[in-house]
Amino acid sequence: MSLDLDMGKYAAFVWPAWAISALVLGALAAWVVGKARAASKALAEAEGEDAP
Amino acid sequence: MVFGLANPQRFMIATRRLPAILGVATVLLFAAGLWLSFTAPEDYQQGDTVRIMFVHVPAAWMGLFVYAVLGGCSFFALVFRHVLADAAARAAAPLGAAFTGLALVTGSLWGRPMWGTWWEWDARLTSVLVLFLFYLGYMALRSSIDDEQKAGRAASVLALVGLVNLPIVKFSVDWWNTLHQPTSVLRPDGPTMTADILTPLLVMALAYTTFFGALWVLSIHTEIRRRRAAALAMRAAGRA
Repeated sequence: MSLDLDMGKYAAFVWPAWAISALVLGALAAWVVGKARAASKALAEAEGEDAP
Repeated sequence: MVFGLANPQRFMIATRRLPAILGVATVLLFAAGLWLSFTAPEDYQQGDTVRIMFVHVPAAWMGLFVYAVLGGCSFFALVFRHVLADAAARAAAPLGAAFTGLALVTGSLWGRPMWGTWWEWDARLTSVLVLFLFYLGYMALRSSIDDEQKAGRAASVLALVGLVNLPIVKFSVDWWNTLHQPTSVLRPDGPTMTADILTPLLVMALAYTTFFGALWVLSIHTEIRRRRAAALAMRAAGRA
């Protein structure tokens, strides 16, 4: 069971497919985490303003 | 237990650690999937392009699965006016759109060396494109109407209409002659592929599933917080 990184004549298709997948999934995770942080901050501010 | 979780606040408390737990599981599964994908033997017909399958097929499965989730949540939001179901539907849409878009792009990269074309208007590819357009339509409709309740109801109806497309995607390769290969995993007589190809595929599929779970729960939390902040802002504006 050895690692095979030589994609031969198909390298121009295999690597972009994996790279695009990694990029899209990474960007999606960053976007969701960024939105979560912004929402937490906005709620904390709103609760602060709402406090008597 | 399940009905207790229908309360947004209880849901937030009960699932507060879930994104982190699923996130760790995702990292471990992706690491295992990556190793297995590049130690698997090349296919006797498709050569190394078979490795595109390990990112393409899970993305396509998730595109379908997330739309079923979106449809189910939309049904509960529309019929029972359920706030959490509406938040869950809204949170699922961009994730499903990303998976479906990824399935289209990676499928195109697989199709070029195998079929000699980047795109073909055959039943499977076209029905997946329609699925992608339903996701985009859902998100566009939600953001185009200012009244959030009206937007939620209109988008829920659209999501339910789009459910019709799911069996078309699934069975398109059986109902019509297509370039796309027929079902090779979820078959009544078992998978047609060998274990050394099937194992990385299933590990990657599990990684995509836990990835979706982590981001979905986190997005539902975000949606609940956003709505609560908006309600507080409206209350403050009413007092002023």
